[in-house]
Formats: sequence, structure tokens, C-alpha cells
Amino acid sequence: MSASLAGTPLLELRDLTKRFGGLVAVNGVSFTVMDSSVVGLIGPNGAGKTTVFNLITGNYRPDRGYIHFAGQPVQGLPTHRIIMRGIARTFQNIRLFQQLSALENVLAGCHYRMRGGILSALLGLPAQRREEQQALERALQALEFVGLRQQALALARNLSYGDQRRLEIARALATEPRLLILDEPAGGMNEQETEALIGLIGRIRARGITILLIEHDMRLVMRACEQLVVLEYGGKIAEGPPEQVRRDPRVIEAYLGAEDEV
Amino acid sequence: MKNPNRSTGLLAVGAAALLALAPLFLNAYQVDVLNSIGLYALLALSLNLILGEAGLFNMGHAAFYAVGAYTAAILNTRYQVPILWTLPLSGLVAGLFALLVARPVVHLRGDYLLIVTIGVGEIVRIALVNDVFGITGGANGIFGIARPKLFGYVIRRPQDFFYLIWGCVALSLFLFWRLKQSRFGRALNYLREDAVAAEGSGVDTAYYKLAVFALGAAWAGMAGTLFAAKMTIISPESFSFWESVVLFMIVILGGAGSMAGVLLAAFLVIGLPELFREFAGARMLVFGLVMMVMMVVRPQGLLPARGRRFTLATPGREQKP
Ligand SMILES: Nc1ncnc2c1ncn2[C@@H]1O[C@H](COP(=O)(O)OP(=O)(O)O)[C@@H](O)[C@H]1O
Ligand SMILES: [Mg+2]
Repeated sequence: MSASLAGTPLLELRDLTKRFGGLVAVNGVSFTVMDSSVVGLIGPNGAGKTTVFNLITGNYRPDRGYIHFAGQPVQGLPTHRIIMRGIARTFQNIRLFQQLSALENVLAGCHYRMRGGILSALLGLPAQRREEQQALERALQALEFVGLRQQALALARNLSYGDQRRLEIARALATEPRLLILDEPAGGMNEQETEALIGLIGRIRARGITILLIEHDMRLVMRACEQLVVLEYGGKIAEGPPEQVRRDPRVIEAYLGAEDEV
Repeated sequence: MKNPNRSTGLLAVGAAALLALAPLFLNAYQVDVLNSIGLYALLALSLNLILGEAGLFNMGHAAFYAVGAYTAAILNTRYQVPILWTLPLSGLVAGLFALLVARPVVHLRGDYLLIVTIGVGEIVRIALVNDVFGITGGANGIFGIARPKLFGYVIRRPQDFFYLIWGCVALSLFLFWRLKQSRFGRALNYLREDAVAAEGSGVDTAYYKLAVFALGAAWAGMAGTLFAAKMTIISPESFSFWESVVLFMIVILGGAGSMAGVLLAAFLVIGLPELFREFAGARMLVFGLVMMVMMVVRPQGLLPARGRRFTLATPGREQKP
């Protein structure tokens, strides 16, 4: 499926603008994410990357511009509807259901594809039980996929930082998305964990899922992404393949003084 | 080592058996106290869905209780509908009322929602006192509610009510336990833990907030029917702000989201003051102090909620988190 769709745009942002009071957090940003690709969104702290994600998933409404996903406009839809269209996300500051088990966290991702309501639960109908059993199996598969099968019954808050990040990915994958957007997935990870994450991103991609990720770890970005979009002060300053972007004078300037990352 | 789940299970069965036999060796007054506890348990279990499972701060639960009780009383005294027949209708009216008031406010942050629900509770009480609709009997309330009949048997004595009320508690426990194990029950917990993450995982949080408000309120409304049937007289003072506060306390004290905790707390909060009646004023003082100490030393409640159980195939054994 993915092969035939490669080369068609999956996500299109046009002239996207978001203001917070006087601050223009995102300023006329346009870019396209092709189906089956891995795209990195980079830029200094405060450049507006997370805000772009929050616009995509409907947490904020854009002041101007539009977002098309799979050819359909999605801006203005409630977040859960956007997720149902096939976009899944993780959060920069991990947002898990801390008091619940890893398994229950992933079951949240299975939620919208299930139908059982109050009545079928109260009556304990066979269809409801079957559905619960199937969801359980799918959730376990997602945990297995990210390597957390053994921790299925551990509370989210008791997991290590790296495992929490992977659990968020499992929860997102459980929604069976076409596009996965990851906000600093390697944040707080050690070298080994980052290495494992790069492997995981490769395997997600092999499943035909398109990935858009924000990341500060330049080694990860250079290795995992085939396309980069660079933001600074809310505006897009560069776009292209990693080797080209890293040599772009404006990008080098934007990163200069921060760290010798690029 | 013995299986701890097994021993708590035995303990629960023992306590239930003891409770079921209690009317045989208690006097009418003592049974009546148990009936009171049962009604509060029913109400607190319904509030637990909203407050404990979904984390929505509802400090006006008595309003829904009142709507249910008055619906039953009006249908019974004016239209001669048998009081137990009004049960589903009281639930429906209370649930619809909850939808109406919750819809514009349910998205509010916890502390704001708390204040709004206090307001709802007060508005309902004041409307009842002033007989706004001309059918609630004002401050005097409604009297002459008929005794309930079950299969031709008139429920009259405290012992009879005991089995009616505690039967309803048992049924509620069973149904709510099923709910907790379901997609619906999990969605409520996602709301409580992190509504943004829930929405971002595809959960329609606005729907679940409204649904749980309506469900909890409907249950409180049905408890109101039982209350009207038991008292035969109802008046606005039975549905004061204090009632909402007591219910809130029972849920938090017992352990938000823990049905066993809520039951235990209902016994302590409603039962203990009855045991120490002769100490009149001092008992509330002690009560307040106990509450404070509890919240400091055991903020998760008397019997904190335990995780759901899952049977996982491959590692080959049932576990709980
Ligand atoms: N909800 C908000 N209210 C006000 N300002 C915000 C909000 N969210 C982000 N900002 C501001 O917008 C700018 C961009 O933030 P963000 O998108 O988080 O940057 P990045 O993810 O690139 O580090 C920052 O200056 C930030 O302070
Ligand atoms: Mg950010």
C-alpha cells in the first residue's frame, strides 16, 4: 500500500499562523509531508515547533492558514476527531496516565476503534467481552512492538524515562495512525536508548507509517530523517534533505552560539 | 505465602454475610441507621463515578438526589404512580437535569467546576423552598408518599427497607464493577489522569464528561426515590449543601475510585456519629479532626483504589499492577 502512495502528499500546511497575544509563535509556515517519509522539524528552543504540532492535532486553532491531511481539511475539528482521521502524537513533556498500567495506557489508543458503551458494559454482553479481549491483544502487540511487553502491568509512573517515551509511542501506534508525530522523542534518553529509538523509528516506518518528528539530537535527525524543515522565531528558514540543510548559512547562523549541533 | 486477593475476598464475603444477617439481631433503630448508611453508600457510589473515576469535582450531588426524590414524590402523590415504578423515571429526570446543567460547565477546570456545582445545588434547594414550580410544597415539602409494594408485599418495617436498600447497593456494586472493567470505565480514568492526553489518544472527552455526569446523577435520582419511599415525607432540608459535602467526603475519605473504600467510609462517616450520639456537639469536633488527620497521613484514602486485573496469555499467570 505504502509504496504506491509514496510521493503523494499526506500532510500539507499552508501559511499557518498562530499568535499568543503579541507573540507570533508560528508565522506563515508552509510545508508538506509526503506519504511514507520521515520528516524532521528542527529549530532553536522557542522557534514554534511544538506549537505547529498543537495546531496539527487541533489543540490550538490557527489564526490563519490551513492544514490538509490526506486531502481533507482538518483545522477546526476537535482533537479526537483528528486522531480518528489517522494522526497520532506524543508529547514533549511526557503525558501518560501516570496512575494506570502501561497496558491501560495503550488501551486508550485502542479506544476509538471500539464501540462498547455504558449499556453493553453493564449487561456484560458477549460482543462487548469479545471486543475487550481483542483490544487487549492489540494493546499487547503494541507494547511488544516497542519492547515493553514485560512491563505491561507496571504503572506508567514507575517506568524509566526512556520507557515512558516508548510507552507514549505505543499508545500512539495503538490508534493505528497513518501519520505519527513525535515531539522530542529522544528527550532525556541516554545514548543506548536513543540508538534503540532510531531502530524503532525505522520499524515504524517499515509498517508504512509516515513520521514527522521534532528533535534536538542532531545525530538522530541526520540518520532518521530524509527531509528537514527548519523554524526560527516562528518562521520557516530552510527546508530540504539533511546534508543540504546542515550547510545552509541561515541554519548555521540560527544554531550558532546555541551549541555546535549542526 | 497465601494469596492476598483470596483473603480480602473472604473478608468481603464475611462482611457481606454479617451485614445480610444484621437485621435479625439488631433493633429497629439500629437497622434504620444501617438503612441510612445504605442510602449514603448508594449516593456516594454514584458520586464516585463522577468524582473518583472521572476526577470531576462535583460538590452539588444532593441536587440530583433531590430531583429524583421529588420526581418520585410528585408522581406518587399526584398521579398515584406506585413509588417503585417511578424509579426509572426519577433516574431519567435526574440524568436529564444533570445533562442540562453540566453541558455549559463541564469543560471548566476542577476548581471552577466545584464552585459551579455548589451553585447548582443551592439553586435547586432554593427553588424547592420557594416552591418555584408550584408542585414541590415549598419549605414543608411533600408528605403522604405511599409505602412501596414489591410483589404484593408492602415494605414498611426498617428490616424490609434494609433488604430493599442494600439490595440496590449490592446491585450497584456489581454493575459499577462491570463498568469499571470496560472501555467506558477506562475512559473515565483517562479523563481524570490527563484529559489532554486522552483527547490526543482519540477519546471524546467532552462526551465522557457529560455521560458520567448524567449516569452518576441518574443513580442519585434513583436513590432519591428510595429515600422518598423510606421517609414518606420529603422536604428541601434533606438536600442541603451539607449533604453534598458529606458525599464528597465519603468518596475522598474512602479512596477516590475505590468502591470498597467508599462503602467503608459510608459506614464510618454516617455510622460512627450515631454511635456517639450522647456526645452531641463534641462528636462533630472529633469528626472534623479525624478527617483532617486522615487527609494528612493517608491522602489516598482508607482503601485506595486498586488496579484493574488483566489475564495475560503469554507469561501465563494472572497479575495485577
Ligand atoms: N499556550 C501558549 N501561550 C502563550 N505562549 C505560548 C504558548 N505556547 C507556546 N508559546 C510561546 O510560543 C513560542 C513557541 O513555543 P514552542 O512552540 O513551544 O517552541 P518550541 O517547541 O520550538 O521550543 C514560545 O515563545 C512560547 O513561549
Ligand atoms: Mg517544543
